[in-house]
Amino acid sequence: MEQKHETLLEIHDLSVSFRMYDGALEQKELQVISDLHLTVRPGEIVAVAGSSGSGKSLLASAILGILPANATVRGHLHYKGRELTKELQTQLRGSEIALVPQSVAYLDPLMKVGKQADGHKKPRPTERRRSLFRRFSLPEKTENLYPFQLSGGMARRVLVSTALITEAELVIADEPTPGMSLDQALEALQMFREMADAGKAVILITHDIDLAFEFADRVAVFYAGTTVESAPAADFRNGPDALRHPYSKALWHALPQNSFRPIEGFQPYAGDLPQGCLFAPRCRYATEECRAKIPPVREIRGGEVRCFHAT
Amino acid sequence: MRLEAKNVSFRYDRKQPYVLENRSLAIEQGERVALFAPSGYGKTTLAMLLAGYLQPTAGEILLDGKPLPRKGVCPVQLICQHPETAINPRWRLKKVLEESGRLDETILRAFGIESAWLDRFPRELSGGELQRFCVARALMSGADFLICDEISTMLDVITQAQIWNVVLQEAERRNMGILAVTHNRHLAERISTRVIDLTKA
Repeated sequence: MEQKHETLLEIHDLSVSFRMYDGALEQKELQVISDLHLTVRPGEIVAVAGSSGSGKSLLASAILGILPANATVRGHLHYKGRELTKELQTQLRGSEIALVPQSVAYLDPLMKVGKQADGHKKPRPTERRRSLFRRFSLPEKTENLYPFQLSGGMARRVLVSTALITEAELVIADEPTPGMSLDQALEALQMFREMADAGKAVILITHDIDLAFEFADRVAVFYAGTTVESAPAADFRNGPDALRHPYSKALWHALPQNSFRPIEGFQPYAGDLPQGCLFAPRCRYATEECRAKIPPVREIRGGEVRCFHAT
Repeated sequence: MRLEAKNVSFRYDRKQPYVLENRSLAIEQGERVALFAPSGYGKTTLAMLLAGYLQPTAGEILLDGKPLPRKGVCPVQLICQHPETAINPRWRLKKVLEESGRLDETILRAFGIESAWLDRFPRELSGGELQRFCVARALMSGADFLICDEISTMLDVITQAQIWNVVLQEAERRNMGILAVTHNRHLAERISTRVIDLTKA
């Protein structure tokens, strides 16, 4: 039982930037993730919600060490108490840490999906894969199809199977549910839940936040490359009064089953970030302080929030 | 005006099974229809047939009783799920928008498309920002019908609400017909006047 309280993955002050050409010879650094914190414990599903283009997928790549060569990663990444070095990442990915990639283009177009879901394991885990396909209501003949013959939702279910088949300790699922019907999405999330209940862990990156609130233990909200709030999923189920950051509240309000009313404005471009709080330009509570300084992470009512005014 | 799929079937070639068999549906102008079906049921194929991107193997697509025009801007416009696949990556966004006619200031303002974005290339914008361009492009073409194939599933809920609120306003103002493919019942309730479930049709 002691293991339960240990952290599996710990991320502190993570920054990711890209070196880009600006004009013919000038180079500039584009910071896409800044001062990000995230902790994942065994037995947990941590949902990562937030704005499109807020760095959620880049976080997944940073954990796995698969960022392109022009990216620079700073900060602390620890897996089971060990520093997550390049060597360790190479050793863990695909076995202890598995990814459900965001794009269905990650499937090899020239390989039948059954074979590619099996992966490199010897002996081939064909039986286990077939039972996963059955749970996902993929017909038996699916294993002999090529990716182009699958619909978007079928391809997603194959991608989720490829990650579950590895029996990894940590699955990072990057948008696993779009294109799936509600039943299929619920089934996929239920499988993640069972995985977590067996002592493993899941990072669930998703825009289907209403579903995530039901299945996750904690939710981390991303905005413009940083975490603005991290709180128990129950707070998100309870509604805006239980939440801490104005952006988290705005997400809740924008759901079609709530008011469907968006806040105005847009997430700032990575090359053109405001000086203080990244959300200040869209925040109706913003003061001089918010515009001048980046708020530190504070603990409030059992959650973490990056806002001067949260109570 | 009415957009109609009459007994349409589709398969990619004669050796392949039918993706869609003998389907019929009709959307009236001013009506907003949400389309439900499990994955693999041919929703996207139906959307592409209705907008003239594919030709039916059997049956016909009729707009106002006639086949879709083959020349000029199609009065039925399709908006896809993945905006990055629907925009020429080598064109600046101004050119992308101008393809469908003159820039309409009111629409640009409604989507919050800033003039600085117009000089950028698609890869410099996020998926949510690009999808605004795709929807704006479809609206500026003056289309009578919009086919929205899961246009907001890859977007955060705030961006989703922003885009749909503008689409609904414009549809109301111009009396457009909309077919929206979605898996989200709550979203369907918000945006549609009628729901079609392909499993029951």
